[in-house]
Parts: sequence; structure tokens; C-alpha cells
Amino acid sequence: MKADPSGVLTGIHFLDGDQACCEGALAAGCRFAAGYPITPSTEVVERFAQRVPQLGGMFIQMEDELASSIAIQGAVWAGAKAFTVTSGPGFSLMMEHIGYAAMTETPCVFVNVQRGGPSTGLPTLPAQADMMQARWGSHGDYEAISVCPNSPQEAFDLTIEAFNLSEKYRVPVMVMMDECVGHMTEKVVVPPASEIEITPRRFTNLKPGEYLPYRAEADGVPDFARAGEGYHFHISGVTHDERGYVAANAATQQKLVRRLVDKIRSRVDEIVRYEETFVEDAEIVLVAYGITARVALRAVQMAREQGIRAGLLRPLVVWPFPEKPIRELAQRAGMSGFVVPELNLGQIVHEVERCVAGRVPTRLVPHAGGTVHRPEEILEAIVEVARGEKKTAVEPCPAGVGR
Amino acid sequence: MSVTTNMPQALCELPEGMEYIPNPVEEFIRTDRMPHIWCPGCGIGTTVNCFARALHNAKVNLDNVVVVSGIGCTGRVAGYVELDSFHTTHGRAIPFATGLKLANPKLTVVVYSGDGDLAAIGGNHFIHAARRNMDLKIICVNNFTYGMTGGQAGPTTPGTAITTTTPYGCYEEPFNLPYLAESCGAVYVARWTAFHVRQITHAMTEALKKKGFTFIEILSPCPTLYLRRNKLGEGLDMMNYFKEASVIKPGANTKEVALSYQGPIIVGKFVDVERPTFLEMMNQQVQRTLHAQYTGCADDHVRS
Repeated sequence: MKADPSGVLTGIHFLDGDQACCEGALAAGCRFAAGYPITPSTEVVERFAQRVPQLGGMFIQMEDELASSIAIQGAVWAGAKAFTVTSGPGFSLMMEHIGYAAMTETPCVFVNVQRGGPSTGLPTLPAQADMMQARWGSHGDYEAISVCPNSPQEAFDLTIEAFNLSEKYRVPVMVMMDECVGHMTEKVVVPPASEIEITPRRFTNLKPGEYLPYRAEADGVPDFARAGEGYHFHISGVTHDERGYVAANAATQQKLVRRLVDKIRSRVDEIVRYEETFVEDAEIVLVAYGITARVALRAVQMAREQGIRAGLLRPLVVWPFPEKPIRELAQRAGMSGFVVPELNLGQIVHEVERCVAGRVPTRLVPHAGGTVHRPEEILEAIVEVARGEKKTAVEPCPAGVGR
Repeated sequence: MSVTTNMPQALCELPEGMEYIPNPVEEFIRTDRMPHIWCPGCGIGTTVNCFARALHNAKVNLDNVVVVSGIGCTGRVAGYVELDSFHTTHGRAIPFATGLKLANPKLTVVVYSGDGDLAAIGGNHFIHAARRNMDLKIICVNNFTYGMTGGQAGPTTPGTAITTTTPYGCYEEPFNLPYLAESCGAVYVARWTAFHVRQITHAMTEALKKKGFTFIEILSPCPTLYLRRNKLGEGLDMMNYFKEASVIKPGANTKEVALSYQGPIIVGKFVDVERPTFLEMMNQQVQRTLHAQYTGCADDHVRS
């Protein structure tokens, strides 16, 4: 279906990534947000708090991130589309409820505008060091989806996409921004509502008495029912059967958790999204996401000026990881290696290494955060890999990083 | 003979010639989930029975009543009521219920959980929901211990009681929950014990009809852990204690209703006042500023 025009601010705007993210949520039909102030993400809910009362929705500022991350799920079960917004320390507090959303199949969106960590870290400065937390942060086996915008325009586009994916697969979806993207101001084009595709929630057609909240349809995803419509359903974070009844035993666990994981793993090809620039003839492929991808693209251009055929593979959906294109590139004749710059000391590089499986070298360009890489640092790694200079993939932070 | 109930057959096999007469609370209970997990002598089931009767007495539309529980023995209540029901995470029933209520204000949202869930891990949410006068019906079964995890000390364990984590006797000051609720802004506060089934039913009926943050504390025996470790006998002995030690003081100053180890128990309805709810305050304030631009959130706009 198409977007509800009331929430779509059609036109050409000059917005930062946080504001664009808020507009994306409104365009996606989100009318409920709960949040707790945290730099550098607060502008998202500040704008939402101003805009949404005029659209018939609401924002509530909760007492902490634990409360915010579960209040949105209460709202979802009442029928709302809902999201919460945070940064590192708040994201850590939300982990249990990302698991609850995965287990209870509650479609909702978590925005993390990443800053330097660990702990309070660098509240006003960028990092990309929560990428593995987005993948593995809550306990237990589950699959969630993470998108990673590299501009305010993409913050708008991918927030809509995040809501759509959460509805389609009934999983929590993370929008993994970083402080740079969150606070950089650029042109954002908001198209007419008629051009914005929205995935509606799939409500059950069954009558009360026939409906089972966790009987999966052919795609592995069960249909949804709102509270207050006579279904008298039960929802639990405990391992449950198709009725939603608690059944804490190995057989039910196998059936349920395998389905929760398989509904994503079996459809990875539908979900992954990546962009390739100069990859067709590349001997060196950079894998970079978010703000770092923009720096990496400059390094690719500089390498090309020196005659090194470099290219960039940029995941827009980081989780599930685009394994297939990287496996295929690793096996391509003439490949010299991969270079992975990221604003952390080695996270996504492990995924790249896993896919490359030692066929060619994989070089991390680490950075502890606080600013972005200099293109020259990335270029240096490209040149070294091109010359076949050997270094271990995960090496101590080189001099100059963090300047 | 045929039996018209969802109760597992083994539980309701009748001798030839006997007729099955359903219990009046059956329509409110998921009888297909019987037997329940609670121990013999536990008071939680008693409170659920009272809740079922209160739903009947309050004549509410059951399709609009939602029960939200946290984790623990009382946290299992959500699983046994024949209503839309949510078994959430430990301590977070209140914020989940907050989202549910705000996104569909037509719902009557009951939070049914234990003392550890609501007053320890969930204490922050409790005080803020009371402050906001969020329209939630809080039912707190206080059994003085963490039952589900084996009988540890909690925020309501009275002084000197033995628990697995206070093997030499508890030495922390317990929460006076009615005082906490009132001082944070609850509009209805009552305390009863599992002995007072009629009074519990009456209090729950009143709370279901009342707008705003209501709080009912129900003291309940935990024979398997709390009573056994403290050599206080069985569930029945605790019920006798509740009967003998309870002093009914309606309107009592909540500051003076603190509990002590096997001491007197002040019970009754302590608070019943009026105060605008969160949604009323929000609608009024935003209306005042936005005028006609504000269509109100208390309708179908929030829901997709």
C-alpha cells in the first residue's frame, strides 16, 4: 500500500540525519514513539514530539530506556506502528527488549545514533562500535535486521524501509546511524505519499476461537491480532506453543527458535541490500557502511588515480550480512584483497573475513571513533594490500588513528 | 457423560449420573491450562478467583480488558485469564501497559504482578506511572519473597525473616507499598490479605471502575519457601495469622501502615481521590496550544 499522505512532508528539505529519520518514521505511518533523552539521538524524538500531535499520534518521554523499549511494544500490540531512539548507553539498556520483540514477534524499530564507547564514551562524537551489539546484543538465538544509512536522505529512506521490514518479518529492526550522519545537514527529498511503498501489518482474518497467535503462515510469519478485539490471546517471552502458551521444554524450543531464526535466514536474499561502486573491475574491494563509506569512496578514487583498481561494496542492510556477493568477489580471478575501514577496532571485518575464508587478504583499517578516518589512512591500506604487503587483519591501532 | 468445559478431561471426570456444574469463574479463566503452577496453600490463585468475580461484578466488556504481568509466580496470572494477556519481562509490566493504554485508550489495562517485580526491579516504572496518574489498575500480590527463583529476600521481606539470601535473618527495611503508592500519586490505594476474599473482590471491582493509577496490595502466603524457612507452618497457618493480626482501618494514614515480621497488619482502603489522568492532562495541554490542529490521540489515529 501507499503511505498515508498526512505524515509525508513532500518536498525538498535541508535536514540533518536525525530529523530525516523522524520524517521517515512519520512517512512510514509511525504514530507512537517512546524515548529517553540521549545525545546524539535526541533530535529525532524532539521533532517527533512536535510533529506527531498534529497527526493524531503521540510521543511519551519515559523514565529510562528500559521503559521506552517495552512501551513501544505495548503500543504495537494495541495496533500502533512504534519506534524508540537512542545511542550507545541506552542501546545497552534496551537489549532485553530487543530479545522480547524477537521472541514475541513484535514488529518495532530501534534507532541507534552511534557514539564512541564503551560506557559513556564520547557522547557527542561518532563511532560505529555497536554493530555487533545490533547483531548479538540480546541473549539467546535470534535474527534481527539492521540498516545503515550514510546520509540524511538515506536516514529518511532506510527508516521507512526499517518499518516495512519489521512488519513483513515481524522482527525488531535497528536503524544503525552514527553521530556524523545524525548531525550532518544535507538535501533530503521527500517524495509524494503516492510514491512511498508501505508494508501494512498483516492482521488475521480468522475469528476469535479459530485464531492462534503463533501459528505461522507459509512464510514462517504468523498473522497479527490487536488487543481489544475479542481474540483473548496470550503473549509471552517464555518459550511458547502456537497458542502462545508457556511450554518451557526442548521440543517447543526447537520448533519456535528455529522458526524465528529461519524466517530470516531462509530469505536473506530478499532482505540484503548493498551498493557497488567501481566493483566490476576491482582488484581491491572496500567494504564500508554508514559515514565511513563516504570516506572510503574518496580513498577508492585516490587509489584509482594511482592506477590501483579499487571498488566499494556498501551494505545498506548490514544484518543479515551480504555474504553472497563477498564470497563471489573473493573467488573472482584477479582479486588482490579486501579492505575494511570502520569506526571501531574490528567488527564487520570479522564477517568479511568469514566470507573471504582466507582466499585473499582482508585488511582492517581500525579507528576508535571520535572523528572519521582520513582518506589517506584508508588509501595506505589499499596500497599495501595491492603490493601484497602482509599484515595481520586485526592489528594494533596505527599511529594517526583518532586524530 | 459430556462435560462442557475446556478443563483437561482427567480433572473433571465424573461418576455416572453426576452432573457437571461449571464454576461461575470458569468463563474468566483459561481452564485448558489447568492445573496451574501454584503450590498448595499459595494465595495467588485465591486472588485470581477474586479478580474473576470482580470482572463479573464490574460488568466490564471482557474484550476491552487486558492483563499485563511481569515475571515471577504472580507474573503467571496473565497466562491463566481468558482475556488478551501479556507475560512481559521482569519488572517491565507497567511500561508495557503504558504503551498499550496510550495507543488504545479504550482498553482497561490491569497490571497483575508480584512485589519483587513491581517494587524492586520495576520500582522506577511504578513511581513514574503513579506520578503521571497513568490509567492502570495495579494488583500486587506480596508474598514477602521471590517465589519463582527459590525464596530469596526482596524489597518487602520483613525484618529478621530467613530467606535463602538472608540465611541469618533479613536486616533491610521493607517497603511500605501503600505509602509509596500514595506519595507518588496513586488515586486509589488499598491493602488486603488473601484471607479477605470479599474485600479483595470489592476493591478490584472499585479499581476496575475507577480512572487513574490504582494500587491494591494483597498479602499472600508462600508456604513452600517463606513459611517453611521461617517455620511458620502451612498456608492455613498464615491465613490464620492474616485473620488474627489484621486490623481494618479505612482511610488510615499510609505512613502508618508499614508491616513488620509477624506483626499487626493494617488493611483497608486507604486512598480514594480524584486527579486528572496522564491522557486527560496531555489532551488538555496540547489542545490549549494547538487548538483545532489537535485532533486528539485518543482515537484510531495511533493504530495502523
